[in-house]
Amino acid sequence: MAVNNVWVFAQGNNGTITSFTAELLTKARSLTDNVSAFVPGDGSALADALGKYGAKKVYSTGDLGGRLVGVAASNAMKSVIDGGDKPDLILFPQNYDGRDTIARLSVKLGVTVLTNSIDIAINGGDVVATTPIFGGNVLFATAFSGPGPHLASFRPKSFAAEESGGGAAQVVAVTVPDGGVTAAARVTAVHVEETSGPKLDEANIVVSGGRGLGESTNFAMVEELAKLLHGAPGASRAIVDAGWVPYSYQVGQTGKVVKPSVYIAAGISGATQHMVGMKGSKNIIAINKDKEAPIFAVADLGIVGDVHKVLPKLIEALKARG
Amino acid sequence: MKVMKIVVCVKQIPDPATPGSLDSSTNALKRDGKLILDDSDAYGVEMALQLATAAGGGEVSIVSMAPNNETSGMRTALAMGAVRGVLVSDPALGGSDALTTAKVLAAAINKVGMPDLVIAATESTDGYTGTVPEQIAEVLGLPSVTFAKKVKVEGGTLKIDRQTEAGYDEVECPLPALVSVTAGVVEPRYPSFKGIMDAKKKEIVTVTAADLGVTPVGWSGAGQKVSSVTQAEARKAGQVIEDDGEAFNKIVAFLETLKVI
Repeated sequence: MAVNNVWVFAQGNNGTITSFTAELLTKARSLTDNVSAFVPGDGSALADALGKYGAKKVYSTGDLGGRLVGVAASNAMKSVIDGGDKPDLILFPQNYDGRDTIARLSVKLGVTVLTNSIDIAINGGDVVATTPIFGGNVLFATAFSGPGPHLASFRPKSFAAEESGGGAAQVVAVTVPDGGVTAAARVTAVHVEETSGPKLDEANIVVSGGRGLGESTNFAMVEELAKLLHGAPGASRAIVDAGWVPYSYQVGQTGKVVKPSVYIAAGISGATQHMVGMKGSKNIIAINKDKEAPIFAVADLGIVGDVHKVLPKLIEALKARG
Repeated sequence: MKVMKIVVCVKQIPDPATPGSLDSSTNALKRDGKLILDDSDAYGVEMALQLATAAGGGEVSIVSMAPNNETSGMRTALAMGAVRGVLVSDPALGGSDALTTAKVLAAAINKVGMPDLVIAATESTDGYTGTVPEQIAEVLGLPSVTFAKKVKVEGGTLKIDRQTEAGYDEVECPLPALVSVTAGVVEPRYPSFKGIMDAKKKEIVTVTAADLGVTPVGWSGAGQKVSSVTQAEARKAGQVIEDDGEAFNKIVAFLETLKVI
């Protein structure tokens, strides 16, 4: 099936689009010239930024007034499609609202979803998505076999964002149909968790801690080291599940995907779930007591040792440098 | 007071501690050995039991889909305190996509009887498509709140802290509804000895997809086909050294060569 019309589920605020959105628009542009953005919110404020990455058109729902994005955006997409403006392919970010929207829309359209992908290509008549499995050791290429629109979602940082130099996207206002009982949930308060220092998924250096830290208070060492290196602290799922740190710290399959210049894993054994989220780092340093720990198989520098001894010395040495 | 009815969707998966493998003829994940309750689902089962208790009385049922009549993972949920289970087991289900899985589980939930609340994990540990809970909500015509990190019910209304990119949102939603819970949302209990013994006597109804009226399923119902499977380029291990008390210097030196300090 030819791909002549691609939509990207786009997000942003204050006139700025997310890096994730820019990545997906860049990929969409490589498939066709006819790229549109779909914004579950005020798309007109993002028209310049979206155009800069190649969107010709932006569908804008306007403010959702406390409705959850998944139901509202999928209903709005469905109504545009039913109106005859039908994309061949829609690219979604693998994040909270992207996942809700692709899921609801797949049921409304009766089509399959391919998620967690890292690439998509037109191969002869097939649209083929590539998904890593088993912690990224095996790449699965899956073709859509049913009718379109094809729905695919991607992991962050799957594509390098590049500007196209395009002008502002043309804004098309879309109304959100009444979702009835399915749209009954309402956001009553929004909480932003302020973090000092760079964001985990944008930091140049990430220092992550795991179960090997022994107890929650020892996570302070991870935070101190991250701060000294102007990086961000991260965590394995084990210590997030244990309640030591908030979920927003989690690196891995069910957390954030990071690709920093340097990733330091302290007391992390390297479960598949974790590796998926950090294997793309340029340089990996691992400290772990167990020399058989899988993390050493991907580390550029592995220290078989006790994090309680190595981390304090490393922190002192870095402090001494000023 | 009305008894709160909750259905938890659970998945039985191969032990994640053992390396996964693919069936060479179909390229599907091999799921023929003993299956266990997905860790991610223990949180949903625990949440359901706690909400039932908080409601002053409730009934927690579980539904699951597996191709080989496997119930050992479901027994774990029953041992924790769920009262009954419905297993959809059918060789025809092998190769089903997420949309078909959602239709099958939605039909299984209807077989149990439409509850006040459906709970699921945000994704399974083995397949992690990550869309099934929200798809089930859409099939059942329910509102949903996904990625819940705190859940309570007050006066028939769900009050949820929903994870977001920037922090969290407080969300309110009337029942009936579907909620997907993040790992760590509650501390799952360990089944007691009595719980394990009782679980053996609890009822698990096994049905086929056809019994539930869901067709087509499996490979024929999936809107996708595997086109190739390749080994990814492996990352090479570097230098591994034993800490002699001075290994921190190696890290400092490495950071220097990378020009990050």
